[in-house]
Amino acid sequence: MITKMNHLSIFVLDQESAFDFYVNKLGFKVNTDAEMGPGKRWLTVNPPDQPDLEITLMLIDDGMMFDKDSSAKMRELVKAGTFGFGVFQCDDLKATYEELKAKGVEFSKPPTEEFYGYEALFKDDSGNWFSLGQKK
Amino acid sequence: MELYPRQYLYLRTVRAKLFIDENFGSNIDLNKIADEACFSKFHFARLFRSIYGSTPHQYLTHVRIERSKEYLADGQTVAFVCYKVGFDSLSSFTGLFKRRTGLTPRQYQIDRLNFKEAVAEKPLHHIPGCFAEKKGWKSK
Repeated sequence: MITKMNHLSIFVLDQESAFDFYVNKLGFKVNTDAEMGPGKRWLTVNPPDQPDLEITLMLIDDGMMFDKDSSAKMRELVKAGTFGFGVFQCDDLKATYEELKAKGVEFSKPPTEEFYGYEALFKDDSGNWFSLGQKK
Repeated sequence: MELYPRQYLYLRTVRAKLFIDENFGSNIDLNKIADEACFSKFHFARLFRSIYGSTPHQYLTHVRIERSKEYLADGQTVAFVCYKVGFDSLSSFTGLFKRRTGLTPRQYQIDRLNFKEAVAEKPLHHIPGCFAEKKGWKSK
C-alpha cells in the first residue's frame, strides 16, 4: 500500500538560479545539497510545512539520464513552459500573490475564483509552471 | 465574490511582512510599521493575523528563529547568530530557540553540521538509488 510521496523532481535549466528562486523567493527550505563531482549537484528543497517532501531540483544536463539530443530537446520544452509540475497551496492567495509578485515571480494568471477555491498560475525561473491555490 | 475588497490594506500588510523578512536583524519597531502603513496598531495586528496566522511580533520572532537556524547550520557561533538575527540577549535567544525547536542552538548546530558532514562523506546514502543510477553516480 502506497502511503505518501517523499520525493519528486522538477527539471531545471540552472541549479544555482533554481536555488535562488525556490529558497529566496518561494521560501522553501534546503534539505540536501550534495556535490556529486564537477558541475554535478544533488539539490533538494522542502515546502516550509512539508519537511518530508523533498523536491529535487534536477539539472537537465547531458549524461546517462539524457543523451545530448534529449537534453537539448528537454531544455527547449522546459523553457517553452510545456510542463506543469503541480499545485502549491497557501492560506491566503491574495497576500501570497502580492508577496511573490513583489519578489519578481512571474504570474500568468492572477488570483481567480474557481469552483473549488482560488487559483493563480506562476512560472519558475526555468519556465515550469505551477498552480497556486487556496481552498474555499 | 470580490477578490480585492481591501486591496490597499492587503498591499500595506504584505509590504509590512516583506519589511520584516528583510529587516528582521534590525531593531524593528512594529508600532512604526503600523504608523507607516496608516493603520492603528490594533487594526494592523488584526489584519496581519488574519493573513499570516500570527501577530506581527510573533511573525518577527518566527523569522528570527528560522534565519538563526540557517546561520547555525552554516557554522556561525551562537553569539554571532543571536545578535545577527536581532536578539538582544543570548539567554533570551537560547531559551526561545529551545522552546521552539526542542534543542539549544548549539545542539541544533551540531545536528545540522553532522548531517552536512554525513552528506559530504557519503552522499549516495542520501539520494534515492534510482536517481543515482540514472545520473551515473552509483558506479563512482
